[in-house]
Amino acid sequence: MDFSLDGEQRALQASVSGTLDRTASLERVRAFAESGEAVARDIWRALADLGAAGVLTPEAHGGLGLGLLEAALIAEALGAHAAPSPFLGSAVLAPIALLAAGSSAQQASWLPGLAAGELVAAVAISEGIGGARDGAGVSASGGRLSGRALFVIDALEADLIIVADREGRLHLVRGEAPGLTTTPLTTIDLTRRLGDISVNDTPAEPLEAGDARAALARLRDGAWTMLAADMLGASATMIDKAVAYAKERKQFGRLIGSFQAVKHLCAEMAAELEPCRALVWYSAYAFDAAPPEAAVIAAHAKAHLSEVSRFVARTATEVHGGVGITDLLGLHFWFKRVGLDRQLLGGPERVRTVAATLQGLGLPSPASIEA
Amino acid sequence: MNLAYGPEYEAFRQEVRAFLEESRGRWPAPGASRGEIIAWQKLLIERGYAARTIPAAYGGHGAAPDVLKSRIVAEAFTQARAPGGLSGQGISMLVPTLLEAGSEEQRARWIAPTLAGEIIWCQGYSEPGAGSDLAAIGTRAVEDGDDFVINGQKIWTSTAAQADMIFCLVRTEPMAPKHAGISYLVFSMKTPGIEVRPLKTMTGHAEFNELFFTDVRVPQSSIVGARGAGWAVANTTLKHERGMLGDPNSAEARLAAIIELMGEECVDGERLIDNPLLRDRLMQLQGRLLAMKFNALRLVSAQLAGESGGLAALVVKLQGCEVNHQLAALAIDALGEIGVLYGQSPRLRAGGAWQQRYMFDLGLIIGGGTAQIQKNIIAERGLGLPREPKPAEA
Repeated sequence: MDFSLDGEQRALQASVSGTLDRTASLERVRAFAESGEAVARDIWRALADLGAAGVLTPEAHGGLGLGLLEAALIAEALGAHAAPSPFLGSAVLAPIALLAAGSSAQQASWLPGLAAGELVAAVAISEGIGGARDGAGVSASGGRLSGRALFVIDALEADLIIVADREGRLHLVRGEAPGLTTTPLTTIDLTRRLGDISVNDTPAEPLEAGDARAALARLRDGAWTMLAADMLGASATMIDKAVAYAKERKQFGRLIGSFQAVKHLCAEMAAELEPCRALVWYSAYAFDAAPPEAAVIAAHAKAHLSEVSRFVARTATEVHGGVGITDLLGLHFWFKRVGLDRQLLGGPERVRTVAATLQGLGLPSPASIEA
Repeated sequence: MNLAYGPEYEAFRQEVRAFLEESRGRWPAPGASRGEIIAWQKLLIERGYAARTIPAAYGGHGAAPDVLKSRIVAEAFTQARAPGGLSGQGISMLVPTLLEAGSEEQRARWIAPTLAGEIIWCQGYSEPGAGSDLAAIGTRAVEDGDDFVINGQKIWTSTAAQADMIFCLVRTEPMAPKHAGISYLVFSMKTPGIEVRPLKTMTGHAEFNELFFTDVRVPQSSIVGARGAGWAVANTTLKHERGMLGDPNSAEARLAAIIELMGEECVDGERLIDNPLLRDRLMQLQGRLLAMKFNALRLVSAQLAGESGGLAALVVKLQGCEVNHQLAALAIDALGEIGVLYGQSPRLRAGGAWQQRYMFDLGLIIGGGTAQIQKNIIAERGLGLPREPKPAEA
């Protein structure tokens, strides 16, 4: 029994963090947020050079062939830097979909480009997981898709889009397919790019090599775990910044961190967040080791990190006093990052309903994909 | 990360499970006689499911320390809802302290009968004027020939009424600085001059006592560790106490009981578990509890690797006690009006245990280092924030 990261995992953490320190500084994050850039190609290139774009892709397709735990460590580092990157769609969710439900021909045509960081993928699964809003939904018929999908992850400039239809089956749509239009959304979080897509008799290839509902459930569990890891990293950064500030800011002739009123806020943040680290690790580990409770754990990771991160985000801001709410400080990038993670693919109340239903507790919820 | 325990450990787990299955008829029920409890304890030590790593020479099972096996035992007992071995303060706190700081003679004399349940201990630490600031204790032990003569008062002493012996902090060097003047004594509760007064709490029960010492005469050989070194000796014990409070294993059992309750109890014909608001609270607590459970696994691994638990260890007491308390609150709320029944009332559920736990657990949040002291520790030792400026010693 070993519940810890091994040497290679720690080395991966260090190299990803080091690369992001250089390529995703606060200045770079701010520049991305303030520009209309669709994809931070420089950051993505640097991460792809480390192999991050192919973290889950088998070596036969040019990837590292690692597990979701390694992907979670990368996601955590991205959250810690509030870094823009197409990691979630291109390196995690599209490969999960292709590996779970793609034919070997589909895998061979897309995985190597994704793993090399040359192609970027969008993922349109919000209706199947977070729930359908504003009448959205995509219907499939005769190899063609029609309808709308909202809150598409990494939607802009995608070379391919993984789309879930109303039945929960997955399809692959090429970025230049006829009848496809993408509308960028503006969210609070300017470090990531979401969009709506509409398809109108658009050609698509079904991903039908496995059980379709099981593939969508894999995407759900993988995505929830990644969003939890992103929140873990972002929250840890906010705590670090609050603690550092409490050690340098003086009022009433004392460092504010020596006042229990401030010190206890810091302790409460750490006490809430520290156990989350083990929850995220286990959620990612369980995704691959597949014990019966894996899906429940993924739901709890997403929901619990959402609650803890909201608390950390507001508390870290308060510890900074007035400067905490300024644009110049930049803490708001992390505040908004966890704000998006919380809502994306289902807010905590919805996700907990799924957690209960998966355990057979109470009346079943329509939101649960029974894998 | 590799959560497989491996064949040796899986075989051990099967062995423990098989034992629990076949011994079910001998489990002491709540309210069992002391004889039955002692017989069960003896069997558990023999099998290595209690006092597992205490040397056989002192009445333990004598196994080499193996964090995983200890954990497997705890998990198997929780899952089977089997009564564990004795867990009083003598076993959980005094025995580890004697193993670390006691003389050979003290170990040989006290550990075996304590493990066997033949000696019951109580702890004399807190005083009315020394709670969070424990080192401020004022109970005096004055040298008189070969003896100490003790005068003073202790509080929050659980099991004092049944205890045969006490381990106790007293001030032996009144002129020394606060922390350097304390000694750790063990002596009989039958010594003349000790008065025990039950301390009734909000639960309606006297889970604690007050102790009054009037010219209590004990031999100087009662000291554990060096004279004046009692603070360091006591800290060995407190370390063991903090590890106990906030244990996620007990919270898991509590969560399982609430899930059962919410599936059985109905309001207006609707099962409690089908109420979306109650179910959401249940899920929130399950999420928190899972985080604490995996945090505990992470700490086991750190211990195996000889690493310090760091922040992950410092937060256990604060968070674990809080989750436990909130679980009790949820059970009460879910039960609605039935949730207020108490004592011997008709329609009482679980003997009123949920209200009793809700109130008693507040004591656990306060005791063993209050939540506020825990936050100071997390902030100062875990995050490196500046210490509270010390006032001049009074």
